[in-house]
Amino acid sequence: MGIKALKPQTRSTIITYAIVIVAFFAVTVLDGMGFISNSLSGQLVPICAYVSLAVSLNLVVGVSGELSLGHAGFMSVGAFTGVVAAGCLTRMGVESEILLFVAAAVIGAVAAGIIGFLVGIPVMRLRGDYLAIVTLAFGEIIKNLLNNFYIGVDDAGLHFSMTDSSSLGMTQGAILINGPKGAVGIDKISTFALGILLVLITVAVVLNLMHSRDGRAIMAVRDNRIAAESVGINVTKYRLMAFTVASALAGAAGVLYAMNYSTITPSQFDFNQSILILVYVVLGGMGNISGSIVSAAFLTVLPEVLRPINNYRMLIYAVVLILVMVVPNTKIYQRLADAVRSKLRREPKVPVAAAEGGEADE
Amino acid sequence: MSKFTDFAKQRREGTKMVPVPSVSIMPERDLGRAPALECLHLGIDFGGLKAVDDFNITVGRTEICGLIGPNGAGKTTVFNLLTKVYQPTRGTIMVDGRDTAGLDPARVNRLGVARTFQNIRLFNTLTVEENVAVGLHNQHHCGMATSILRLPHHWKSEKYYHERALELLDIFDMAGLADHEAGSLPYGAQRRLEIVRALATNPKLLLLDEPAAGMNPSETAELMENIVKIRDQFQIAIMLIEHDMNLVMNICEGICVLNFGKIIAKGTPEEIQQNDAVIEAYLGKQKEVEA
Ligand SMILES: Nc1ncnc2c1ncn2[C@@H]1O[C@H](COP(=O)(O)OP(=O)(O)OP(=O)(O)O)[C@@H](O)[C@H]1O
Ligand SMILES: [Mg+2]
Repeated sequence: MGIKALKPQTRSTIITYAIVIVAFFAVTVLDGMGFISNSLSGQLVPICAYVSLAVSLNLVVGVSGELSLGHAGFMSVGAFTGVVAAGCLTRMGVESEILLFVAAAVIGAVAAGIIGFLVGIPVMRLRGDYLAIVTLAFGEIIKNLLNNFYIGVDDAGLHFSMTDSSSLGMTQGAILINGPKGAVGIDKISTFALGILLVLITVAVVLNLMHSRDGRAIMAVRDNRIAAESVGINVTKYRLMAFTVASALAGAAGVLYAMNYSTITPSQFDFNQSILILVYVVLGGMGNISGSIVSAAFLTVLPEVLRPINNYRMLIYAVVLILVMVVPNTKIYQRLADAVRSKLRREPKVPVAAAEGGEADE
Repeated sequence: MSKFTDFAKQRREGTKMVPVPSVSIMPERDLGRAPALECLHLGIDFGGLKAVDDFNITVGRTEICGLIGPNGAGKTTVFNLLTKVYQPTRGTIMVDGRDTAGLDPARVNRLGVARTFQNIRLFNTLTVEENVAVGLHNQHHCGMATSILRLPHHWKSEKYYHERALELLDIFDMAGLADHEAGSLPYGAQRRLEIVRALATNPKLLLLDEPAAGMNPSETAELMENIVKIRDQFQIAIMLIEHDMNLVMNICEGICVLNFGKIIAKGTPEEIQQNDAVIEAYLGKQKEVEA
């Protein structure tokens, strides 16, 4: 009763937050009761990371309408910057894990945001397929650059090299990033609660942005670029804004992801990773934030759940993917969905006054 | 309708059009102020085709000016030049006394030119209210961080957009449609919404490309009334392209006739109706059809 009376926008916002919060409590309770297997509970943090990544990529692909194939690149910028930041802060004597995590996430987000902005300046001059291909290229460039980064920290401060770890010239201290071997000896400070917190922040940033002056401008550019220009909107600025904010959020998610493992390598953040995130977005629906959350969580859990039938695991995963794409387009499903929807919602009716006459088309 | 057209006629008869130094005529009441629009030798080529050539016009600050001509004459192209969707090959466009050379469409809008499109271009997935709110984009500012953090200024801004959008929608009695998706509106309502969205940008010059296209006679009559009302209320210049001669002859004070990209006549509705070149451009074609 109550929820039906709200505006559609407010209602979907409430539902989106509710999904995350209910999932958090459900998982916590089930975990306490011992219903969650070890392998699944190991996936809780990655699930949160992928949900954040899907939601932030949806800001680019769904809300701003640009196909980006390099999201994993910004994720890795955040991940590696976060690892370096956490390593330095640990050396400086910061002990609180929460403080470490928050600082690393903020620094990772800022770094990924800056890189996203710089990459966005040339990329946002392009459109459609060209833009997609160039984002793909930038994702690969970032990965290959990181493959050549050697960073260490000791009492004298940070050391950086692009040749090998020995040229860092360190006798004591720790090597934080070791070229293609990636970051080793990371403190595993990510927790499920921190993951959920990051998901909530990501969702809040994206939804608050969508339902504001700037968000409307972003969606206006997506719906009709020429019309948006005609009402005085700086098209490049708003495409760049969506891209930069999404990159920063991907950076924070990268930190969450990295801090869940003791080792991460640049090659983990490749094109396949970007496509995986894109699959979550497409499956959840363009511009549909709660859809991204559900599909990212579902598709991350699925391979874990299927582990007992290991031989057929990826086969079933692929079949499910195809079914989820095909079934919503079948007539039976659409009838069912319409029936459910009309039960749940007050269908907006166009008043008679507006509908009368003038239906001719050009 | 007739009551209205009489009113429009009286108003027009009360308007005295006078020659101005450059190349055009202008309502007497607008003299002594920079014209809303002044074009000098404006032209654009598409390959070998001179789609518009030597286009000169002056539009007074509160004038309703008609741009007519047969299909393919270059009328829409003129609007695309004025709004910089196309960069002119030659010539000057002055808006409110300021040269628009080198500006992009968004900047030209901020200078005071708003438009509607012949083939409707709404933000289809946004609601009616959001469409108008996008039009209000530059009338009120609210930064990204303020919105993301939901600071008090964000809520104040949203209140402004909401209230102002409803006010503007009320011009066409469309406030009741505020929450509907723009793409789902009937055709006539979409055309009206485009006008409201353009008005929201607070223009000095409003360009309407075939505003009555696809409307039935009663809708057209209402539209005529509303165009005059908008001019009176907002004190802006309106330039409109229209094939409905009843509408053009009734509400336009000055008319400019285009054929094959060139101006073939300019004047008051009476002058245009009696102009030989215009009669030939329009009726000449009709004779061919009859033959
Ligand atoms: N982008 C373009 N490239 C090439 N030719 C163009 C372009 N835009 C318009 N034209 C040509 O310019 C001429 C004028 O077109 P325009 O659309 O301005 O006509 P119009 O007067 O608006 O006609 P209508 O009454 O049918 O809307 C036409 O011959 C058209 O084919
Ligand atoms: Mg046209």
